Amino acid sequence: MSDVLERVKKMVVEHLDAEEAKVTNNAHFIDDLGADSLDTVELVMAFEEEFDIEIPDDAAEHIQTVGDAVKFISEKVG
Amino acid sequence: MFDLTGKRALVTGATGGLGGEIARLLHKQGAHVALSGTRAEKLEGLAAELGERVAVTPCNLSDGEAVDALPAQAAEALGGPLDILVANAGITRDGLLMRMKQADFDDVIRINLESYFRLTKACLRPMMKARSGRIIGITSIVGVTGNPGQTNYAASKAGMIGFSKSLAQEVASRGITVNCIAPGFIRSPMTDALNDAQKEATLSRIPAAKLGEGADIAAGALYLASDEAAYVTGQTLHINGGMAMI
Repeated sequence: MSDVLERVKKMVVEHLDAEEAKVTNNAHFIDDLGADSLDTVELVMAFEEEFDIEIPDDAAEHIQTVGDAVKFISEKVG
Repeated sequence: MFDLTGKRALVTGATGGLGGEIARLLHKQGAHVALSGTRAEKLEGLAAELGERVAVTPCNLSDGEAVDALPAQAAEALGGPLDILVANAGITRDGLLMRMKQADFDDVIRINLESYFRLTKACLRPMMKARSGRIIGITSIVGVTGNPGQTNYAASKAGMIGFSKSLAQEVASRGITVNCIAPGFIRSPMTDALNDAQKEATLSRIPAAKLGEGADIAAGALYLASDEAAYVTGQTLHINGGMAMI
């Protein structure tokens, strides 16, 4: 879990060019980290590649915060 | 100017007159080009003419799954992700609406419009990553002006224009441009077969008083594919000798 969290945080910082301190578990990609809708699509695509998983569209819609992503990915990769 | 050295392009409908000319010109400007179409022999002939930096990737555009897979196949054959998509393939099934069969409508929409959706979608991911890309849809003047006997074809071509404008807005911030070219009357085996009276009637509608050539369209495609056209997106470039000024 903590490994996933660290990797997700690092990716979010890189992709959104966000301040590391702001990338907390509750940080909302769009409201807090300045992402646009296309950024979130790209982030989901990047998660898929990084963790070698499939994130279906209906699940992707619900991944709106760093914590959402970590939770979903952790469940997938076990 | 208009140097495409190192760029990778997929041209569909490369067996046709327009597609062939577009492929030739992009190749001449340095691009690696994947030629797609239904007639493999004809594609091989064009590939042999072009020599290096070319791949042949036949595809039946009425087969959705095959269309989805085409950009990845082309990228693999060319040795890297695509920079340029020229969606040029299209069919006609002309007839007055009163007489038009459902299949004639469905086939035209599937091959002209749905394949454009599938091809662009499959190209987007690598282009998003690269933060650059050129999507060029070859539509038609009739998509804007209409033409009796072509309700299905005109709808598919108008659909490409609306699609392109929407997608252009979605991906502009990622350095990807999406534009259409709308040819007017272009010389082809079909126009060559017109009789003198038909030719005269056609030419009377064209201020330039002559038919367009494939090369006229290819030049437009090259411009839109180039780095120089980075600030042009969501547009339809009309190349028609003045036949319609829109």
